[in-house]
Amino acid sequence: MSGAFAFVVGTIPFLWQGLLMTLYVSAIVVVLSVVVGVVFGVLLAYGPWWARWPLRAYSDILRGTPLLVVIFTIYYLLPFAGLNLQPLPAVLLALVMFKTAHVSEIARGAIQSIPQGQTDAAKAIGLTFFQRLAYVILPQSVRRFLPPWINSVTDAVKGSSLVSLVGIVDLMLAAQQVIGRTYEPLPIYLLAAAIYFVINYSLSTLSRRLEARYAYIRE
Amino acid sequence: MQYHLNFNFIWRYSEKLWSGLLLSIELALVSILIGCLIGFALAVAYNGGGRLTRWLVAAYVEFIRNVPLLLLVYLVFYGIPSAGGFAYGATESFVVTLSLYAGAHLVEVFRAGLDAVPKGVVDAGKAIGLTPWQRLAHVRFPVMLRIVLPALSNTFISLFKDTSLASVIAVPELTYGANWIKTNTFRAVEVWIVTAPMYLITGWAILAALRGLERALIPRRRA
Repeated sequence: MSGAFAFVVGTIPFLWQGLLMTLYVSAIVVVLSVVVGVVFGVLLAYGPWWARWPLRAYSDILRGTPLLVVIFTIYYLLPFAGLNLQPLPAVLLALVMFKTAHVSEIARGAIQSIPQGQTDAAKAIGLTFFQRLAYVILPQSVRRFLPPWINSVTDAVKGSSLVSLVGIVDLMLAAQQVIGRTYEPLPIYLLAAAIYFVINYSLSTLSRRLEARYAYIRE
Repeated sequence: MQYHLNFNFIWRYSEKLWSGLLLSIELALVSILIGCLIGFALAVAYNGGGRLTRWLVAAYVEFIRNVPLLLLVYLVFYGIPSAGGFAYGATESFVVTLSLYAGAHLVEVFRAGLDAVPKGVVDAGKAIGLTPWQRLAHVRFPVMLRIVLPALSNTFISLFKDTSLASVIAVPELTYGANWIKTNTFRAVEVWIVTAPMYLITGWAILAALRGLERALIPRRRA
């Protein structure tokens, strides 16, 4: 048993580079998708119809298609659209587009959950639209946005494993490469699973803490 | 360089896509069915069980929910047989994986639903002399079902989409069929232009069916 344990520990340096790639991909996807997603969410909630309709279509189409299919479609469609990207930027674009669709729905839901009375009161004291957004609506929405958003961050980490299918060496593909050398699938897969588990379990614990802290009853 | 779209190859091999879509739907249906059984049984066990039961159910749910499905697919298909010295087919392996995955997600849904069944209804069942099992079958389950249906619809749709991962272990479902056509005809753009809407439209159809079921089962609330 200790031999098996030593063997598994010995493979960690080979997985390290892959883990860094997983964290890098996840971080880029999370940061870009939250910036764009919140803007989309505000537009979905308050935008004129010519902004809302295309965004609704964008969000519904991307959320209705499997991530793997989104990745392949964008991966092969990009050169056709005249964009010749390397595999990594291409797959990052697909992941960001997919995650943005989800984040925009979380943001829209959070914004629309703020009671109409808040907007009316802000109007009554003479705040402009952007002042209402900045001082009244968004600060309150953040509390409702955070818990589901952190859950979606764990989805981003899990979804990043799909980059292995276009040949990018993340934790998933690094694990498979080690398996290719050692022919010991079970311990290596379990180790990789443990690493993913630690990352995501920490995130979901954080999400639960925030939810408990921000949960409040109003009205 | 000018690329000309040519869908002829896609039509010629469209059989791969149709049979793939059919298998995707079958995989989803079977896994959802088994997943519901696992999920409901464990939700009942969790809500009525002791400390150890709760800990075991929570461990199962947390492990599955925090690990990528792709890794679980590989783990079940390559990892477990290698240690046990046996083998099973890719389709069976994927159904087991997706069922366990579905079960973990559905435990949470059913647990919340069972908690939301009004206490008075269960007490009323007790008052007319129903045994605990009768209360579960005739009172708690039907009331819970109406509460959880909207959440179930979302889980079912995402499980249908997750069947696309079966392609990585060569289960001939829709994504595998698309990849096959891509590899054999090099018409990658065309095949994905056709495949993505197939998932989308099927997903919408499933959603519409479930919404219909919701309307049929959940009585309109009168103000």
